[in-house]
Amino acid sequence: MSLIDLANPTRFLALSARVLPWLAAATIILLTIGLYQSALAPDDYQQGATVKIMFIHVPNAWLSMFVWGVMSVASLGTLVWRHPLADVAAKAAAPIGASFTFLALLTGSLWGRPMWGTYWEWDARLTSVLILFLMYLGLMALWRAVEDPSRAARAAAVLTLVGALNLPIIKFSVDWWNTLHQPASVMRMGGSTLDKAFLVPLLVMAVAFTLLFVTLHVAAMRNEILRRRVRSLQMMQASRVAFSSEAGSGSRQENASKGVA
Amino acid sequence: MTALAALIRRDIKIALRVGGGALIGVLFFLTVVVLMPFAVGPDLAQLSRLGPAILWLGALLASLLTLDRLFMADHEDGSLDLITMSRTPLELACAAKALAHWLAAGLPLIVATPVLGLLLNLDMVATGAVALTLLAGTPALTFTGMIGAALAVTLHRGGLLMAVLVLPLSIPVLIFGVAASQAAITGPSSFGAPFSILCALSLVSLVIGPFAAAASLKHGLD
Repeated sequence: MSLIDLANPTRFLALSARVLPWLAAATIILLTIGLYQSALAPDDYQQGATVKIMFIHVPNAWLSMFVWGVMSVASLGTLVWRHPLADVAAKAAAPIGASFTFLALLTGSLWGRPMWGTYWEWDARLTSVLILFLMYLGLMALWRAVEDPSRAARAAAVLTLVGALNLPIIKFSVDWWNTLHQPASVMRMGGSTLDKAFLVPLLVMAVAFTLLFVTLHVAAMRNEILRRRVRSLQMMQASRVAFSSEAGSGSRQENASKGVA
Repeated sequence: MTALAALIRRDIKIALRVGGGALIGVLFFLTVVVLMPFAVGPDLAQLSRLGPAILWLGALLASLLTLDRLFMADHEDGSLDLITMSRTPLELACAAKALAHWLAAGLPLIVATPVLGLLLNLDMVATGAVALTLLAGTPALTFTGMIGAALAVTLHRGGLLMAVLVLPLSIPVLIFGVAASQAAITGPSSFGAPFSILCALSLVSLVIGPFAAAASLKHGLD
């Protein structure tokens, strides 16, 4: 079973139906472990118990960028290889990514209030993540603005790839503009500066959130495929009705057109 | 090459004649700047402090207003299909159209800046700095905005959606444009650093804009 076999939506539906329960179970187990470990993690000497917001906030922030990365790869699949599942993947990912971004902003501002004394600050990292959120919303609006899914897919793919330029800006914003947000401490040259008591739960939570995304994404992709099937069935039925009325008596058709007018 | 030159000449002519609407942008720019004293109060010291930001915001909105004409009129009368099918690469044609649009709609905004700076109580140096940053930054607005215009032309009533899609992409230009002009007027910080980033943004958009616009036109119009 290679990636190319998955190009057939029916095979994808069959395979994902088998994989999805396992993914969901693994997500629940890891989330439970991660939350348990986060609850047991010691209080920070400076921040007290509020440091535990980190275990929710940081995975959400990572995922907000990761999902746009997934969408960019899927957009390449749409534009370059015309992979039939690529645009389904890109479309299904957008609302999930928007939710992660929103949660990152929300938990960040809840954490910012006790730590920095403000819910919001026009700092480089915060502003660039807010722009990312706006771009998710714009992308979802674009998906809904075009009726034909494959045309919408190609328009959205171009926008997704242009928007991917924002990702390195977000990643390095804390190093380039040294403002309120703390610089990178986990993924940096020379190893993490985080203490092991915090690092382990954080990484578990990050993996758990990634699994959560994969689970939600596969489920959303299944929904999207089924939705498209319903749409094409409805269109087939509509054209059949139109055809049969055309084939019917002329007077009835005249009446119908008068009724429409 | 002659085809591109002809395209540029044609676009500029259309934009400047009746119904082209390039100079409407300047009128809109003027209106935004005139509205500002009503909103923030007629205090001249405050206006001169806010001046660069007001001018940049006005120019940004004005260039956004004229952008949806970039492909829309050609799409309506069918000449966009001819441009797409011609032997000139579509990327170059897009770049030529954006250049023509900038010459017809962007350059007048910069020419109007000194007059509007007068209204906002900006001195010579400040006005010069704002005009210079606009000269360096408006190409970036046009070339990234072109992506949105190309996406919008394939939709019905894409105008409002275009604004939503393009504005987030223009935020970096706004940040560095205003930072550079503020640095020239008041700041102890240097003018050079934000100004060179602004130039870099323009150059990057010069490369990415035509390709992205051509891609979305190619995929959207069939």
